[in-house]
Amino acid sequence: MFSEMFMKLWDNGLIQKGVWETIYMTVLSTAISYCIGLPLGVILNITDKEGIRPLPLFNRILGLVVNFFRSIPFIILMVAMLPVAKLIVGVSLGNKAMIVMLVIAASPYVARMVESSLKEVDAGVIEAAQSMGTNNFQIIWKVLLPEAKPSLITGAVISMVTILGYSAMAATIGGTGLGQIAISYGHQRFNPDVTWCCVFLTVIIVQIIQEVGNRIVRRTDKRHRA
Amino acid sequence: MIELKSLGKTYHTSEKEIVALEDITLTIRDGEIYGIIGLSGAGKSTLVRCINLLERPTSGQVLIDGKDILSLSRKDLLKLRRSIGMIFQGFNLLEQRSVLQNVTFPLEVSGVNRTESVKRAMELLELVGLSDRTGSYPSQLSGGQKQRVAIARALATNPKYLLCDEATSALDPNTTRSILELLATINKTMGVTIVIITHEMKVIDQICDRVAVLDQSRIAEEGEVSEVFTNPKSAIARELIMPDSHSGEMEHGGRRVRLIFKKEYSQQTLLSQMILDCGCPVNILHANLKELESETYGQMLLELPASERDSEKIISWLKNSPIEWKEVV
Repeated sequence: MFSEMFMKLWDNGLIQKGVWETIYMTVLSTAISYCIGLPLGVILNITDKEGIRPLPLFNRILGLVVNFFRSIPFIILMVAMLPVAKLIVGVSLGNKAMIVMLVIAASPYVARMVESSLKEVDAGVIEAAQSMGTNNFQIIWKVLLPEAKPSLITGAVISMVTILGYSAMAATIGGTGLGQIAISYGHQRFNPDVTWCCVFLTVIIVQIIQEVGNRIVRRTDKRHRA
Repeated sequence: MIELKSLGKTYHTSEKEIVALEDITLTIRDGEIYGIIGLSGAGKSTLVRCINLLERPTSGQVLIDGKDILSLSRKDLLKLRRSIGMIFQGFNLLEQRSVLQNVTFPLEVSGVNRTESVKRAMELLELVGLSDRTGSYPSQLSGGQKQRVAIARALATNPKYLLCDEATSALDPNTTRSILELLATINKTMGVTIVIITHEMKVIDQICDRVAVLDQSRIAEEGEVSEVFTNPKSAIARELIMPDSHSGEMEHGGRRVRLIFKKEYSQQTLLSQMILDCGCPVNILHANLKELESETYGQMLLELPASERDSEKIISWLKNSPIEWKEVV
């Protein structure tokens, strides 16, 4: 039923390794992207002209930079950023380099995601906090982020799934994981069952991420506990 | 004491200037409940935000206890805001925090330690009648309960002033009454000076001592509530007090008297008696019941018949009755 290639890959544990590599790249890239994108998103939100610390010119410039990176298709950005990866991690091949690419591509995306989540926080609540003598730093930590938490988590799930998709594309220039197995063993060597197996496993990983995310949101959001 | 001196606020947009407030001068005395009423768009919300500088006026002065707050540093302003509580039409509770955590919030940000802030919050929740809901979240509460939490939160830092921006506008009449009663209690027992912004005359009527009527960015009229009620001088005040009557008609009506009933007399019987005895009808322009210091007062504004003979008859009947009354000019 399965091709010889599939059995070989499975017996050698390559598919299992691919699953692990995909998860590892996705999770680590997401984590690092949030370390960069979350503060960026907060800055974008608060320096907006409706924000708590309006700096219109700065906001515009930062917005342009973010949009610049967001508008380059990942596959092109990846190639263009190879020298940057080499500069940061010393290599332009393999998972280390791929994580750098993923972070460069995902951070601006995450920043916009965070910005829009924070925008959902009711302006009245922020005003109430201001009326109590809350300083801007406290508003970020005690009002904006906690109030936007469910939406931030939903955004993180979406970001993670997007990064998972990017990670498969990274296989075209030397990344590993399920994407690489699908391309080099499935597509290029005419073993559709290998490709479909990678698709199936990716779907399962996405489902798990989504389900775990939903559960966390349900548990943390206090708005619908009647 | 809050003093606003020729306060103005103009918004600049790219196309034009919008004047929100113009030449507002008023004084809010310590311990009173001061109402600011106006139709929507009159500038009330901007005005109340100028008191704690959520909005910065573009001209004039804001003095709080004699101190010009426009010249305060950012740090001092934040400190000052802790002595001015504020509640809102939309309650503005933190949705992801429990009732208790909402009330401890202002204490938390002003650096009060946890044990102490929880103790203070419990006292306040007791005062607003929600000590059994401390672990609930705002989404589990009714509008009236949310406003009670907001009141407890606004009082947590022991403010001297409480600003209420359309605080009862989203509530039904019964809940409105109970929230206003709570505010009156707070005013009386804690000595908190209260500023109430509203578009509803009945709110002013129920608890305010003095009122300013705001119309098109300016103060149209200001004074004791009973005075403004019985004898509104501006067209806008007349419209707010008696929205259904045409102000023109009143000019042609007869003399007007204001009756004050103590609770020992049943006003209805007395009024019917008066009409029967005098044999002529009267027009009730306004009537309400007010609870002051746990005594019920009834107030009624009557328009007497246009004929001089009939109105004299009623006046002389009133002179011989136990009712306290006053002719309004």
